[in-house]
Parts: sequence; structure tokens; C-alpha cells
Amino acid sequence: MATETLQDVFPSDTGPDAGREEERSHSPFRRALGRLLRKKIAVAAMTVLFILYGAGIFAQFVDTHDPNKIDLRATQEGPSWDHWLGTDRAGRDIYSRVVWGLQTTVIITLIGLVTGSLVLGVTLGLLAGYYRGWFDVSVMRFGEVVASFPDVLLIILIAATLRPRIINTTRDFEDWSGIDGIVSSGAVDFFVVGIALLPLSWFGMMRLVRGQVLSLRAMPFVESAQAIGVSTPRMIFSHLLPNVLGPIIVTASFGLGAVAGSEIFLSFLGLGVQPPRPSLGFMINDVTARGAASVSVLQNHPEQLLAPIAVIWALIFCWNLLGDSLNDVFNPRTR
Amino acid sequence: MLAYTVRRLLWTPVLLVAVSLFVFVLGEYGPGDPVEVALGQNYTEERAERLREQRGLNDPVPVRYFRYIGNALKGDFGDSFVFRGRSVAGLLGPKLWVSARLFFAGFAISVGIGVPLGFFAATRQGTWVDPTIVAITLVLLAMPVFIFAPALILLFALNLSWLPVSGWGGFWDTRIILPAVTIGMPGIAVMTRMMRASTLDVLGQDYVRTARAKGLGEFTVRRRHVARNALIPVLTILGFSIAGMLGGALIVELIYGIPGVARFALDSIFSRDFPVITALALIGATALVVANLVVDILYAVVDPRITYR
Repeated sequence: MATETLQDVFPSDTGPDAGREEERSHSPFRRALGRLLRKKIAVAAMTVLFILYGAGIFAQFVDTHDPNKIDLRATQEGPSWDHWLGTDRAGRDIYSRVVWGLQTTVIITLIGLVTGSLVLGVTLGLLAGYYRGWFDVSVMRFGEVVASFPDVLLIILIAATLRPRIINTTRDFEDWSGIDGIVSSGAVDFFVVGIALLPLSWFGMMRLVRGQVLSLRAMPFVESAQAIGVSTPRMIFSHLLPNVLGPIIVTASFGLGAVAGSEIFLSFLGLGVQPPRPSLGFMINDVTARGAASVSVLQNHPEQLLAPIAVIWALIFCWNLLGDSLNDVFNPRTR
Repeated sequence: MLAYTVRRLLWTPVLLVAVSLFVFVLGEYGPGDPVEVALGQNYTEERAERLREQRGLNDPVPVRYFRYIGNALKGDFGDSFVFRGRSVAGLLGPKLWVSARLFFAGFAISVGIGVPLGFFAATRQGTWVDPTIVAITLVLLAMPVFIFAPALILLFALNLSWLPVSGWGGFWDTRIILPAVTIGMPGIAVMTRMMRASTLDVLGQDYVRTARAKGLGEFTVRRRHVARNALIPVLTILGFSIAGMLGGALIVELIYGIPGVARFALDSIFSRDFPVITALALIGATALVVANLVVDILYAVVDPRITYR
């Protein structure tokens, strides 16, 4: 194709597409990955995240009890061989509940990442930065309106108004189609929480990508690509996107920590994924927000809080650490 | 500068209209028929119709929107669905006042501790103090408030018995200390990091070297030349951090049993008391928009070098 040959004649050092085969093996991403793996903190953070996400995804296989099995003969027990982290006030196994709660958080963070940040944020950012004009203006203005709500208020508002509506619609659909168990499986909850967390993730990402694209547009490699008549999709996805991947990865890493925190916040308030599905926020609520009852639990069995809290903290802390390291790796100048 | 202020001032009402429209629509299409909730067991078709007519619910949406906003501007957010005959403003007012005082205390703590701490860390760069403070803020940043609240209760209220566990007794009461500190904690981390970074930035500036070169004492240099300039970027994040702290404040109120908006808001959500929810959203968003406006303008006033396009 004509474009290929022209690019060979005028190789651009910033466009990742322009490189030949041997240059590609030293792609910026390979080098960035190498630098990342040499950072001890980053490796440690990734290891912890890997373990936490693994435990969450394979909750079925790593739990020791049914997380909802109530055993009134064994309430408020300390850690033992049978119950690794003890039991809560209803005799449920805390370790199994933490693992299943993690699964909820894991699913929500992944939904949030893919829908909010990656698909919506990146696509809108690329388009707004590239086309500018009315599209850019309207997306930015809309984002500003959304951003002018306090995050939590918006999340609560959406979770509260949408949930009954979506559940009713799904029930109607169940009745109509004869498929059972969509509501009881909790899939609807995940959907609602995913939507509620959208405003949190998309706008920051979109603004970042847009800004990057705006400055990239003025670069010579974009101009030359335009000059040789590269099609718009190719322009956006193979010239612009690879050049903003670094900041996108950094932001996504920080964003995942924030989404995990918000999921737990929502389930703490009782607006997240509903019981019987265990969630970390609900476990904390169970011990802390029950007035006098919770004071006695706190006083006599503070260890019940320890497990969910440690997991939440590790999750957010490691995403932040990883984000910091990624930032050093991808943007070495802005320390 | 003037042009910027004027543009900002003109954009704010537009933003507020958009926000209120958004809230109104969510409330409008939210679940639950207000008339059905209000009548409860006495529900009949004709009564419902009469009540709808009486409350003007049959009017077109734009008419109702303008009526709602018009009333809201006068501080009237309609009546609660659940607490019959009581106005939302009357129900929310006292609770908002409690929450606002608590929030202010938390905010003051985060700025009052975070800013000096960041400055301190930056001026001790190269010693063990700086990395220690940085490490602590990193750990704090990852801690959601629902980790702090129980931890502080356990330590100071239950084990040491220094402070009361929960409750509310106004601004000048020992019971405000624990919740306010809890709200302020994440803010402290943010402020410290921001202040440290901007102080380090200023310390490397030529005018600091000039100030030292002309023989000013280190104290004067730091106070007059470093601290003042370093505070400017910190101002910009005040708006963000207010928004960020709101969620924490809600949780803190729930855990410490403070009679603020949090419990009431949650109950309204579960009982689908939409006038209350929309009023809260409207008030919250307005407060945030105004706070950001003030910060923005303040920013330009404090630092005359800044010219907005």
C-alpha cells in the first residue's frame, strides 16, 4: 500500500506505527514494562493485587464455607482451624465472606474500568480531541455538569433512582420471557452499581485523553499522516491512541482504586450489591453502623473488622502504589 | 482578570440550571408515585386525581420545573412524601446545619494540619523526616474513612476512654473531636502532599535565592517568600477536596451516630421520599459549584501573575 512505503521513506520517531520490525521489538511499551518490573514496589503491589484479584475471581474454589451459612452455635468465634478468620455475629465464616466480598469488588472494578474509563472515557476523549468543534464543546459541558455534583451524591442518586426501575423492568422481562432468576442472581445489582459508578470514571479519563490528543494534533507525525491521507479511524486508533496509552494506563490504575473504594462505600450504605451476596462494605457496616450493638462488637471482637478492612486498604493502597510507579515509568519527566 | 471573573460568574448560573434540570428529571422519572405514597392506604382513583390536580402534578413538565425551581430559590422544596405535611426545608434545615458544622470542623483540621505538615516535610528534604511523612500520607490516602472511624473509636473511646464514643453536642463539645478528625484524615494526606510538592517547587525558584542573597533571615524567607507562594496551588485543590470529603462525612455521621443529613438521606432513599433526595442533590451541587467559583476567583485574586484566557 502506498501509505506503507511513504512511511518507510519518512519514518517518524514518535509514531509507533512508523517503526520497522526490529525497532518494534524495542517498543516504548516493552521498555516501560522492563522499567516497571525493575521497581520493587511495583512488583510487590502487582503481586498483592494479583493475589487479591485471583482470590476474588476464584472465590468458589478458595472459600472454606458457604459465606451465607448461618451457624448460631458458633457465633463471634475467634480464628480457629475450622474458621480461619473466625465467625461473625451470625456464625458465618469471615474468611469465606471476605473472599466472596472480594469477588463483588473485583467484578465491579472490572466493569467500571471497561465501561467507564476505557470505552466511554477514552473514545469520547479521542473523538473530542480530534474533531474538536461542537462535539468537543458539548461533551465537555455535559461533563462539567456531571462533575459539579459531589461524586457521592451523584452515585447515591443514580443508584437510588435507577435500581427500582431496572429491577422492575427485569422482572417484567422475566415474566415475559419465562427466564427465571435474573434478579435473584444479582446480575441486575452489578448493572446498577456499574452505572452508578460511571460518572466517577469517565470524565477524568475523557478530559485527560482529550488534552493529550489536542497537543498531539500539533505534532509533525500527525500532520504527515494527514498529508498522506490516512483514514480517520486509522488516524485515531493507530496513530493517536498508542501515544496516549501511557497516561491512560496510569489514570486507570488510580481509577481502579477509586472505583473499588466507591463500590465498598455504596455497599456500606446498603445501596450496592444486595445481600445475600456478601460485600466488603456490608461486612463493615455490620460491625460499625449498628449503634450500641456495634460498640459491643467493636469492644469484644475488633478482629471481625480487621479482615475486610485490611483487604480494602491493601486493594486501594496497591492500586495507588502501582499508579505511582506507572507514572514514573511512563512520564519520567513529571516526578 | 476582570473578563475571566465575569465569564465565570456568567457560566455559573448556566451550570446551576443544568444541574437543577438533571436533578429534576431524575426525581421526575424516579420510581414511586408521590400521590400513591401520600395517600397510602386511603388510595382511591378519584382521591388520587383530586390530589394530583391540587398539587399541580397534571401540569406540563416545564411548568412544574419552573415552579419547583422558583420555590427552591425561596427555600421551599415542597413537602416530604413520608413525613406528611412537613416541609422538606423544615426537616432538612436543622440536620444540614449539624452536618455543615461537623464538615467545617473536619475541613479545618485537614487544612490546619495538612498544610503546615507539607511545608515542614518540604523544608526537611534530604533528612529522614521527609520520606517518613510522605510514606505516612501514602498510607493514609488509601484508607477510606470507614477504616479510620472504627479504629479511632476503638483506640480513643473504648481502650483509652479519653473521648466519648458517639453522639452530638454542637460545635464546642468534645464529642465533635473524633468524627471531625476522621473526616479530616484523608484531607490531611492530600493537603500535605500538595503543599510539599508546591513548597519544593518554590524553594527552587530564583526569587528565593535572591531573598537569601540579600541577607534575609531564613525564617523571613520561608514565611514571606516560600510559604506565601507555595499556598497558591494548594488553593486550587480546596474545591476538589471539599467534594472528596463529602462522602467520608456521610459515613462518619453514620458510624458516630450524628444527627446530620446522612441517616435522613439514606432513609429517604429507602422510603423513596423523592422531594428530600432531590433537595439534597440540589443543595449539594449548588454548594460545590459556588465553592469552586469562590476558589477560582480567589486564586486569581491571590496570584496576580495568573491570567485566564
